[in-house]
Amino acid sequence: MTGPHPASPADRPAWDLRACYRRGELSPSEVVDGVLRRIEAVEPQVRAYLYLDADAARREAAQWDRAAGAEDAPPLAGVPVALKDNLCTRGVPTTAGSRVLAGFRPPYDATVVTRLRRAGAIVLGKTNCDEFAMGSSTENSAFGPTRNPWDPDRVPGGSSGGSAAAVAAGEATLALGSDTGGSIREPGAFCGVVGLKPTYGRVSRYGLIAFASSLDQIGPFARDVRDAALLLREIAGRDPADATSAGVEVPDYPALLTGRVAGLRLGVVREFLQDGLDPGVAGAVGEAIRALERSGARRVDVSLPHAPYALPAYYIVAPAEASSNLARYAGVLYGHRTTRAADLIGMYARTRDEGFGAEVKRRIMLGTYALSAGYYDAFYLRAQRVRELIRREFAQALESVDVLVGPVAPTPAFPLGERVEDPLEMYLADVFTVPLNLAGLPGVSVPCGFAGDLPVGLQIAGRAFDEATVLNTAYALERALPAPGRRPRVVTAAERRSSPA
Amino acid sequence: MSEDRPPAPPMIDAATVAHVARLSRLELTPDERRLFQAQLGSILESFQQLATLDLGDVPAAVPGDPAAGVMRDDVPVASLSREDALANAPETADGYVVVPPVIEDDGSRAP
Repeated sequence: MTGPHPASPADRPAWDLRACYRRGELSPSEVVDGVLRRIEAVEPQVRAYLYLDADAARREAAQWDRAAGAEDAPPLAGVPVALKDNLCTRGVPTTAGSRVLAGFRPPYDATVVTRLRRAGAIVLGKTNCDEFAMGSSTENSAFGPTRNPWDPDRVPGGSSGGSAAAVAAGEATLALGSDTGGSIREPGAFCGVVGLKPTYGRVSRYGLIAFASSLDQIGPFARDVRDAALLLREIAGRDPADATSAGVEVPDYPALLTGRVAGLRLGVVREFLQDGLDPGVAGAVGEAIRALERSGARRVDVSLPHAPYALPAYYIVAPAEASSNLARYAGVLYGHRTTRAADLIGMYARTRDEGFGAEVKRRIMLGTYALSAGYYDAFYLRAQRVRELIRREFAQALESVDVLVGPVAPTPAFPLGERVEDPLEMYLADVFTVPLNLAGLPGVSVPCGFAGDLPVGLQIAGRAFDEATVLNTAYALERALPAPGRRPRVVTAAERRSSPA
Repeated sequence: MSEDRPPAPPMIDAATVAHVARLSRLELTPDERRLFQAQLGSILESFQQLATLDLGDVPAAVPGDPAAGVMRDDVPVASLSREDALANAPETADGYVVVPPVIEDDGSRAP
């Protein structure tokens, strides 16, 4: 990073905090205090967190004050992180944004949480999300929406909107989200931060509250690519507790960031640059592609003719899996139970009606329909065949290019409330992100400019388990774009009070 | 095979919504039934574009890595205690979860 050091430790990247700890210029307690002050200032407006434990964070920070500067300190020692609220945290409330899980305190930590703690990270709290990660705006949270730090009248994206907003606003140095159809990449783009969906199987899903198990992946949010690479390295790798986690070696991602893309074959996906793209998004994405070309990447135009069919295929496969995964919320083992039921089936049905929000019910209904007798072949099976077609098409394209690029979403952050009444309109936000989930491939959203005053993200997708090339391409872009990156300026409650009415 | 014939546009009528709600174990209000009937209808209608695709002999996707080992050595390891596992249950008794009666007691099976 070439710019001047930010004024507050809340805005410094994790790799820089580590260097500061080592030089004795900052302590984890000072950093956590800085982040907590930022939270106090902006949280009344942003509302990124569902649960925050400031005292626990201060205690953990104090424990690292001496050790974080040591040569052999673990990689994230004294770094404050936020966790999407669909990641289980032992003894700490975990709701996945749903009333049906109100009061739930998991008896175990998700594997990613265990790994973060082992790496020395300080967990600040749990971030807001669309209920069970179903949504593209965080408006489907049962606990109210998060607001975009760049514009409080707009959504932060979703479903991991709280994590993206927290990192953008300096309310956390790093955060984890989950991405089933774009839920890391789209909020990353809308909030102007780096968000990575790893290859399916790269990161253990143990302790991630399941939405669609063949599509879900946990991944990092960070304010720069180096931090995203660092966080991915710490959470990736085989986990015996998740049979779908892959035994593929985890490279030292930060060490592989060279910023050199000379000769890299940059596949520009024609179907992702079609009509209907917001002109500001198209402009920023075009400029980013040209910047990578100037850095030596070779542009190759690629056609993925079946990519547009990914959206309907996804919105059959994901709800089908969800309808099965969410059967467990029935008032028996955890969470809400209705007080008005005479028999067991009635208790299930009423508990679920009281506990779930509209989008979750809609997807359970849609998925159940697609799996039901008489419709299974026409909907579910057909969608899985389209999925295979898309998987093959992407794999084939990635034989002749090294990465695929395009916009993350057709528009920048949209106004709060604009799409809540029209599910299909909301689903369209995912049109460029769902293909990677169906194909199981890694993809990053990296800030690439602005549409007016709103950030735009470039999506860079790569081969299975080749996050290193994806990240390095993003790193090259980050270095090629005009520095320093603009940061959102959230008007604080105190400032609002002191301004004339 | 029937799946290769584009299916007729799905008719989501009130009976279908009631049937799917029952399968989903969702007790919906009349307003929710009306809303979902309209919304599911338009969503499924827009998904009809999938029916026009020629899929040839493409099989259904098999997600995940088939080589991922799912077996481990048969050695007991620590797991959740019963106490921890039940700690979140709305109602428990003697190490079990308690739920409303499953079968109505009509007296015919009295001891």
